[in-house]
Amino acid sequence: MTLTATRTRWLQDNGVYVAVVALLLFNALFTANFLTLGNFTTQLVQAAPVLIVALGMALVIGTEGVDLSVGAVMALAAAIIPLYLGAGPLVAITMALVVGLAAGAFNGFLVAEVGIQPIVATLALLVGGRGLALVIAEGQLVQLHDPAFLALGTGDVLGIPISVLIAVLLAVVVAGLTNRTTFGRQLVAIGGNRKAATLAGLPVNRVLVGVYAICGVLAAVAGVLATSRLAASDPADMGLLMELSAITAVVVGGTPLTGGKVRVLGTVMGVVLMQLVRATLIKHNLPDSIAQMIQAAIIIAAVYVARERR
Amino acid sequence: MTTPMTTLTAATRTKVLQRQGAAVALVLMVAVSWLVFPRFGSLDNLRDLALQGSFLAVIALGMTFVIITGGIDLSVGSLYALGGVLAAWGSQYGFLVALALPLLVCGLIGLINGLLIARTNMAPFIVTLASLLFARGLLLAITDEGANTYQIPPDSAFVELGRGTVFGFGYPIFIAAVLCVLGGMILNRTSFGQNVFAAGGAEQSAILMGVPVAKTKILVYTMSGTLAGLAGALTAAYLQSGVTVIGVGTELDAISVVVIGGTLLTGGMGTVLGTVIGVGLIKVIQNVINQIGTLDSNYQSVVSGVFLLVVVVLQRILRR
Repeated sequence: MTLTATRTRWLQDNGVYVAVVALLLFNALFTANFLTLGNFTTQLVQAAPVLIVALGMALVIGTEGVDLSVGAVMALAAAIIPLYLGAGPLVAITMALVVGLAAGAFNGFLVAEVGIQPIVATLALLVGGRGLALVIAEGQLVQLHDPAFLALGTGDVLGIPISVLIAVLLAVVVAGLTNRTTFGRQLVAIGGNRKAATLAGLPVNRVLVGVYAICGVLAAVAGVLATSRLAASDPADMGLLMELSAITAVVVGGTPLTGGKVRVLGTVMGVVLMQLVRATLIKHNLPDSIAQMIQAAIIIAAVYVARERR
Repeated sequence: MTTPMTTLTAATRTKVLQRQGAAVALVLMVAVSWLVFPRFGSLDNLRDLALQGSFLAVIALGMTFVIITGGIDLSVGSLYALGGVLAAWGSQYGFLVALALPLLVCGLIGLINGLLIARTNMAPFIVTLASLLFARGLLLAITDEGANTYQIPPDSAFVELGRGTVFGFGYPIFIAAVLCVLGGMILNRTSFGQNVFAAGGAEQSAILMGVPVAKTKILVYTMSGTLAGLAGALTAAYLQSGVTVIGVGTELDAISVVVIGGTLLTGGMGTVLGTVIGVGLIKVIQNVINQIGTLDSNYQSVVSGVFLLVVVVLQRILRR
């Protein structure tokens, strides 16, 4: 391997870390009030739901799939919460997670057993899921007052917000699942070559259903946390366009859309990078229009660097 | 020689079955709606239905070509909105600018999509996702962050393009019809159409056989962008203003109707007629739900989602 090739390769693998460090340096030097604890906490709290969704998305993309329904599942989780909050926050949260699990398993069933392409299979739930959430909520935004439930989104442990702790914990669990379990190896094998995995006798369908179910549950967790932070159930706006944010973070983090590889730390960094970009643009008072165009350029640049050569 | 022939016949049969499946569903839906809802069959309602469908049909036509090459174009919803805003802004300089500007700008963004996808081996999904953001950002930039809605002068000739009628049927319906007929002929009767199928069917073999796959891909994305811009221009002419908030999720509607019409997302197979039927089905469903006045309008998306699901599951079962 020539030096240039090695360098390109290194950049492909570590580009997202370089970008995060560069942006942090830039902000430390040129952004007022950036290096404050308050600011870091705000940024992390905002990024937590995206990270949780992106973790599930990374697993799905690792199987050469994609889950467009995550935003709709968040909306469903949000719509479920007020229905059961009367019976206690634990019941409400459990019900929301069960709905997420069911939605994800259904996606997985369509992909694995029926053999529908992931984009189309999850598109159906994206189209119908939010409508269903709105039907459940009768189109209403419901204010929530249960203090125990609201603590989830606003409380902290030793100064670290609970939602951030949950997101970090889930990232560690997903990393462990991917790198240290049979399930993780099977998942990557299926994404690399589904036919070969089938021929090798791997339980392809079971793993696929499992992966989509995990993605559904994680989306529901994100929906619960975001609802708690909002102190309201808002199925009309909850998780809108979340599928695009999550896919962007995963891809920017170096997990290829072609499957066969899952980079959990890269995904975390992808979420951090996109959040940093947004924060930087906002703190320098750039309008939304410029912010969106710059985000588009970053996505292209990241994918261009990480792309597989022909 | 027998094996390829049998596969071919089986494939053709499936293709016919899929296409007719959607057509049969459409005929049934229309017949039932006609009987159950007296207002459904009224000329006014049918005109409205066709007009609503025509904008989506123009976008979905481009999407059909893209999906047959095995790609996807997520940017069309943003380009649709951008096209409308550009047309409304351009209308102050006359008819030609109002029509040409959205086609050129949206076509250019489509061209960039195509170049990135064909020349750098980046996934269509992610490239067009980026241009979804970019086009929406551009729209916000030229509308004072969405605060400025450009109005089209009511006496402008451009308004006629969206509001003019023949026997009460709006011009956009005829424009969409002509484009779809043209699109169908290009797809099935020209070498470009053959290249579109070849690029999506077996890309590597197509390249080895000398099919200009890269050029074909660049063309279909350019076409898809241009058509989305045109649909936006027509919508702006009809609404007499460049509404900034339209087009969110329109790419998903377009993908849905293409898939319902029997075009496979894996590429290499599909028809324009199927897409038109898909547009008809979705619009009839929405129309019927509107007729049931008591029903929550949120049921529209639920029914659309369930319908999409039923169609793809049926297609899958038929293909077995």
